Amino acid sequence: MSAQRAEDQVRRLLDGPHPVVPPELCPEAVRRGARRARRRARGRWVLWLLLGAAFVGFMVWATLNHPWTQPPANRTPPLEGW
Amino acid sequence: MRPRQARQQVLHAREFESFVAGAAGRLLHAATLLTAEPPDANPCARRLLTDALARTYADWDRLRGEDPYDRARQELAARFARSAWRAHRGRGGVLGALGPQERLVVVLRLGEGVAEEQVAALLGLPAERVRAICARSVAELVRS
Repeated sequence: MSAQRAEDQVRRLLDGPHPVVPPELCPEAVRRGARRARRRARGRWVLWLLLGAAFVGFMVWATLNHPWTQPPANRTPPLEGW
Repeated sequence: MRPRQARQQVLHAREFESFVAGAAGRLLHAATLLTAEPPDANPCARRLLTDALARTYADWDRLRGEDPYDRARQELAARFARSAWRAHRGRGGVLGALGPQERLVVVLRLGEGVAEEQVAALLGLPAERVRAICARSVAELVRS
């Protein structure tokens, strides 16, 4: 038997009796999918919140400490050669 | 919840319901073939399909023009492939004689008509391997 005919035979075999879709399948999928989407949205919100808090924290620290100014030298240069 | 969001959610749910009404029969058939259960007693296939559809619903607003049927089928196949190492030994069904991976290839290639390259990409196998698995499974099914 040719490969094509064998494949057609299997296709017919696969096209046998179809199962009945239970009525609760769709509402259950919607319920779970919505919960998943909600959880994902909440996670994203928390992430943004953390990012915002980190930014604010950095700004406060920077305005208090002025990390861009050079710290004063706390030691005089060694006295040599006189 | 804000009213805009609530309205959008209702819209999504309605779109999704009409999609499921059209596609669930065929998807459940494919799932039942995958789990190798008889059509009238298919708890594993139902669970598999419910999980896959839940994921499709959660991703509904991110489909961006992609065919939801393709997405759901892909999700179904990926879920089956992930869980294939347990349980799915098959309890009758048309493809009960085959292993999980062989069933997956046969259902996607011959039952759903997915291109060889796509099946290969989905399973993480080279295309020649998919062709070989398919040929072997067809020979096995025709023989039995």
